[in-house]
Amino acid sequence: MQNRVVITGMGIYSCLGKTLDEVRDSLYYGKSGIIFDPVRKEMGFRSALTAHLEEPDLKKVLSRSQRVYMPEQAKYAYCATADALRNAGIDQDYLNTHDVGLLYGNDSSTVPNVKAVDTMREKKDTTLCGSGAIFQSMNSTVTMNLGVIFKLKGINLTVSGACASGSHAIGLGALLIQNGLQEMVVCGGAQEVNPWAVGSFDGISAFSVREDEPTKASRPFDRDRDGLVPGGGAATIVIESYESAIRRGAPILAEILGYGFSSNGDHISSPNVEGPSKSLIMAIRRAGIDIKEIGYINAHATSTHVGDTNEAKAIYNVIGDHRIEVTSTKSQTGHEMWMAGASEVIYSMLMMKNGFIGANLNFENPDEDSAKLLIPDQRIEKHFDTFLSNSFGFGGTNSTLVIRNL
Amino acid sequence: MEKNELIEKINEVLAEEFEIEVSDITPEGDIKDTLQLDSLSLVDMVALIESEFGVKIKGTEVGQIKNFAALYDFVYSNQK
Repeated sequence: MQNRVVITGMGIYSCLGKTLDEVRDSLYYGKSGIIFDPVRKEMGFRSALTAHLEEPDLKKVLSRSQRVYMPEQAKYAYCATADALRNAGIDQDYLNTHDVGLLYGNDSSTVPNVKAVDTMREKKDTTLCGSGAIFQSMNSTVTMNLGVIFKLKGINLTVSGACASGSHAIGLGALLIQNGLQEMVVCGGAQEVNPWAVGSFDGISAFSVREDEPTKASRPFDRDRDGLVPGGGAATIVIESYESAIRRGAPILAEILGYGFSSNGDHISSPNVEGPSKSLIMAIRRAGIDIKEIGYINAHATSTHVGDTNEAKAIYNVIGDHRIEVTSTKSQTGHEMWMAGASEVIYSMLMMKNGFIGANLNFENPDEDSAKLLIPDQRIEKHFDTFLSNSFGFGGTNSTLVIRNL
Repeated sequence: MEKNELIEKINEVLAEEFEIEVSDITPEGDIKDTLQLDSLSLVDMVALIESEFGVKIKGTEVGQIKNFAALYDFVYSNQK
């Protein structure tokens, strides 16, 4: 008998807002978080488009010895996690006395590496890198910082699955709880937002160059899409066994019904149709639901030609002619990469809890494949109780979550 | 740099980096206790002195510099 897994807390630090209410409103009113960043142009970027996010000032919140090991994305993750824990009604005393786990998606930490290498090259003295550099530069920087700050004592692991990292972190956390290995896991995803982190991504012509219209650049599923827009921040959800939530008297928001995954075993950047299809089918089968129970699909669709096309084909392969609304919230946020799988669960949750599906911005003309899906170009008011969220990443890693309202 | 000016500058940069008041620093004060240094943040103090004053404190010398007076003397006598 497997444990049921429920979501009891959410927190987010995103270009759509720093609180759940702000983000809900941004989703409802179709706000775009995309800007033109002139600094990137000076740096030689092909595209200067990016999501806009301020780095939080934690000087009054955390001590120097806590902050010095945190790169940008760990600060976002701290804010999101502190809010999620509050949202779940968890205080430090609870964390001190229970083995709470931590699985967080992160797949880069560029700036600390660049700074350390610059220092070593220029000064030829490693001491000048400072004490924070090693801890800031490791891929596991988010989980090592959050584990220490919140004094977590369960599993502590970074999930690096490219742009599916955040989704895999949630799915793996759910598996641990289902199998009784953890009672509660803090899950999420974090993504740095700085030019250095995405310069080489820009270099492979993956980004939209619609620089004269920043808010129209991210246009998933639209016929005239020309690439993604990089974004980031952090999103955290608290998941726990149903029994744990009942025992705590916690606010139970939703249940994670299914986690599906697969690997394409194919091209390093171009996704195929078979791999994502397998991930969707596995998630729905493990959820034990009929396709017609799904009220909304949050697509991975990043606004690239081949990615959106193949996802549209995969979704159509699986749902056929069932009329289920499909949108990509990346039309508002850009591609939040390592964070996206977690943030998009929160975006979908906020829409589910508030009875609407935000517009797939800039969906002006379908192409042959997106025409087969029901993609709203305007917000619709709709009550739904189950959604499916896709996240796919470089190397062909796929993750799908099915979540039901409670 | 004259010694008084140097002392003032050292106190200023240490207070700012380690987030204490300049008035917390006294010549006889223990550096590790005053700045609340552990083995990691001690590295930051060494790096700060080197980057601000061009004076490198070697690993073997750090342990001998217990209080601020000793630090002032070390930096003053080794500045270029």
